[in-house]
Amino acid sequence: MKLYDIAHSRAGDKGDILNLSLIPYNEEDYEMLCQKVTAESVKEHMRDIIQGRVIRYELANIKALNFVCYKSLLGGVTTSLAMDTHGKSLSSALLEMEI
Amino acid sequence: MVRTKPEKTLRIGSGAGFSGDRLEPAEVLVQHANLDYLVLECLAERTIALAQQRKSHNGNVGYDPLLERRMRRLLPLLIKHNVRLITNMGAANPIAGAEKILCIAKELNLSCKVAAVTGDECLDQIDLNAEIWETNKTLASYEPIISANAYLGIDALLPALETDANIIITGRVADPSLFLAPQVHHFNWSRDDYTKLGQGIVNGHLLECAGQISGGYFADPDKKDVPDLAHLGFPYAVIDPDGRALITKVEGTGGLVDLRTVKEQLIYEVHNPAEYFTPDAIADFSSVQVHKVGKNQVEVSGGSGTTRPDLLKVSVGYHAGFIGEGEISYAGTNAAERAKLSGKILKERLSGSVSDLRIDLIGISSVHRTQFERIDPYEVRVRAAGHSDSEELAMLIGEEVEALYTNGPAGGGGARKKVSESIGVVSTFIPRDKVQTQVYLKGV
Repeated sequence: MKLYDIAHSRAGDKGDILNLSLIPYNEEDYEMLCQKVTAESVKEHMRDIIQGRVIRYELANIKALNFVCYKSLLGGVTTSLAMDTHGKSLSSALLEMEI
Repeated sequence: MVRTKPEKTLRIGSGAGFSGDRLEPAEVLVQHANLDYLVLECLAERTIALAQQRKSHNGNVGYDPLLERRMRRLLPLLIKHNVRLITNMGAANPIAGAEKILCIAKELNLSCKVAAVTGDECLDQIDLNAEIWETNKTLASYEPIISANAYLGIDALLPALETDANIIITGRVADPSLFLAPQVHHFNWSRDDYTKLGQGIVNGHLLECAGQISGGYFADPDKKDVPDLAHLGFPYAVIDPDGRALITKVEGTGGLVDLRTVKEQLIYEVHNPAEYFTPDAIADFSSVQVHKVGKNQVEVSGGSGTTRPDLLKVSVGYHAGFIGEGEISYAGTNAAERAKLSGKILKERLSGSVSDLRIDLIGISSVHRTQFERIDPYEVRVRAAGHSDSEELAMLIGEEVEALYTNGPAGGGGARKKVSESIGVVSTFIPRDKVQTQVYLKGV
């Protein structure tokens, strides 16, 4: 299945760094997401987008994950030539991942 | 009509999450949420550099371009309902913004006091040899620099709140601080009670993007449905003396406040959730608890924090030349191949003039820069974009796209071209004690 089926996400930007939250609709799926959606698997899935490292933070308090992706916004919003300079649509790219 | 304010709890509404945000939701909040404070956050990274440019041409402007429209509509309501306003609509010129608000008050025959907070401008105090945060280059390599503004914290806002001003207008202030300052002022929190400050920052962070916590930027039909999104209501918080907050919206407005919207916003633009840096404290979001307590009511508590950083972040705007863009569409059978041929031709024709030409295929890979599953769309739009220090060379990009009509593949249509001045923003840091803030108070 796709992450889209069981979780939602919002993208944020700071400079050339993208952050993607991953929040299961059902809190019981959190442990499974922790196991299956690692920093490495996200980097592999989004290899055409993320040029730097990925750090995963676990927010067990609200049953959510946060992926911080370096060098992912073509230099950052202010001078980027990208169509989506903020990378706001990239939450949907994460949710395309098959698990 | 003057209401009696509740003694214990504090009610803060969020009436704008960016400079171009919708006007009506703030009016609804002031009329129906029984607020103590309304906050309008209107200053994005680049906005202040653009405003600085306007100010350099005319010293009486440089505040938010929508200030006049917003204030004409809001001012009578704010005075009538006795709601104080805190806003960063001062942008590059808070004093001129304050004077404009006073002019509007006079015209509308309203009596009000405005406090302008200054001191975020620090172009003369920054070290041009310092490395910037984003890369290891020095600031000097980004000349010509337009503006440098420190992210002020509650230190700058509290003296203004201690006056009897109805309106507090600032330039660059860290977004959560716009919300933390009234909490600290109202509850008289100790400045080293980092647990309460941390929770206050959580409340500010949740509110600062306005509709993004009340159902905006959330809907996905049949998956995440949001009722009556067309009439999206903006959020307000009812905050207890210990910082615990109830996040909600005005009954009857569109939108949705639930655990999903609150969680998405809590992590929005956050890196390490245990270390969320602000000028007032380093907040810890990793202990935050969220509970649904009613329809469109989520209670948030448990935020914490540690001591504030010694350095303030500074946003530096610089001239980055021009960006030229052009677009043209292809449709029907083999549209994608004709679009790709166009991209190839543009690269060849512009190779001598534009060094960083970017070709996007809108409908295929323009926003994700990749395609996870190959889909042949019925129509595709080619977009070319590139930088140049010369406006003329930047214009050439759109001109070459337009020329694809008679010099490119079959069936191109709807060509558009555009050139814009590019303003870049990079960040550096400044010791806190180098920044001196002041309050300018005036009434009519």
